[in-house]
Amino acid sequence: MCCTFAQNKEEVLKEVIYLMQKDFVLEWRQKYAFNGMLLYVGSTVFICYLSFSLRFGGLEVPVWNALFWVILLFTSVNAIAKGFAQESRGRLLYYYSIVSPQGVILAKMIYNAALMLVLSLLCFGFYAVVIGNPVQDVGMFLLSIVLGAIGFASSLTMISGIAAKAANTGTLMAVLSFPVMVPMLLMLMKMSKNAIDGLDPSVSVDEALVLLAINMIVVTVSYILFPYLWRS
Amino acid sequence: MKLTWWKWLTIALLLYTVVGGMLTEVPRLAILNETIRNLYFHVPMWFGMILILLVSVIYSIKYLRNPLSRHDIIAHEAAKVGILFGVLGIITGMEWARFTWGEFWSNDPKQNGSAIGLLIYFAYLILRGSFQDHQQRARISAVYNIFAFAALIPLLFILPRLTDSLHPGNGGNPGFNAYDLDSRLRAVFYPAVLGWTLLGVWMVHLRTRLEVLKQRFYENA
Repeated sequence: MCCTFAQNKEEVLKEVIYLMQKDFVLEWRQKYAFNGMLLYVGSTVFICYLSFSLRFGGLEVPVWNALFWVILLFTSVNAIAKGFAQESRGRLLYYYSIVSPQGVILAKMIYNAALMLVLSLLCFGFYAVVIGNPVQDVGMFLLSIVLGAIGFASSLTMISGIAAKAANTGTLMAVLSFPVMVPMLLMLMKMSKNAIDGLDPSVSVDEALVLLAINMIVVTVSYILFPYLWRS
Repeated sequence: MKLTWWKWLTIALLLYTVVGGMLTEVPRLAILNETIRNLYFHVPMWFGMILILLVSVIYSIKYLRNPLSRHDIIAHEAAKVGILFGVLGIITGMEWARFTWGEFWSNDPKQNGSAIGLLIYFAYLILRGSFQDHQQRARISAVYNIFAFAALIPLLFILPRLTDSLHPGNGGNPGFNAYDLDSRLRAVFYPAVLGWTLLGVWMVHLRTRLEVLKQRFYENA
């Protein structure tokens, strides 16, 4: 097989840093894309506020929690779907000739994780202000958001790479990613529910560990499989 | 009819399963009663599904290491047969649940997990359908197949163990666990698992031969 697994670690690390720099610079120069995502989050939250007609009384806790994660799920699918789709054909070919696939996937994952962190924290802030904030253990809740953002980013990065190769990227992105993300989502909801109820952090240790384990499986599998995806 | 030995074995095992499963003595357990016989039909479907999907993943890995179109065909056909087993497993389970739990669908973690597992594999079929180029379709769907299988493992084997399930053997329900799986049940259950799995292998075998022949036919036509 012709895959360049034999590269030394330092080189891959250097590539990851360069590629991430490039992604951040691109994002900075095309602020409209990021602003678009912010607007997407904001208007979704506001639509939820209006459609539940929340002027009197808040949402019940399970509904609040479920709604929050569903909004984050759709936001992340939309935000990350453009990850590979926005790269032009020529630019992809250029990367192909100068960097290793491992560098590309790791850089994209870290970049997407950073993007998702910013988006989901802003989403939580806006959601809490508009719809109300029943969270009792904010630290634990933020931890679940951080784990969620990293998990969503790592699994969606690979899926967006797959979907970008096919004809109907938009539909495929949703169809491929939703079932794969369900285990993660269930764990996150349970963990954040514990945080909202202000239970002792030791109750959520199991969920946090399972989340970390799922993340590790996803990252490892993507790292191994991406070179094959990249070649086509 | 000329059949190899394992095909005769499949026929014998399945005949034994159906006849023995319907007629032999079974332990009397509260609520379960005669529905305990579903053990011979419902549970082997999941064993069969997991094993045949494992075959599919192995052939996907083989395809990535060595891109022969035969490997891709086996991975595809095995995934389809795995889906068939999964659907049958859900149907037999729902029918059984209607009489023991009172509802076709009771929001049980294992029921939900298997439904999501099927969604993953339906998505695999959709993904295959959205490529024109054969090689690209084979490679990318192999990548997704492996990725999806890795995501399926926590769904089916870890999550249901973290929560209580209505399934026999979970959450204090009487079940067919190692300690109370009666030896009379075992005598039919193990042959049933082997028989149904072999039937799945047989189906994959036939479908693969058909597809390979079709491909050869179109290439020469």
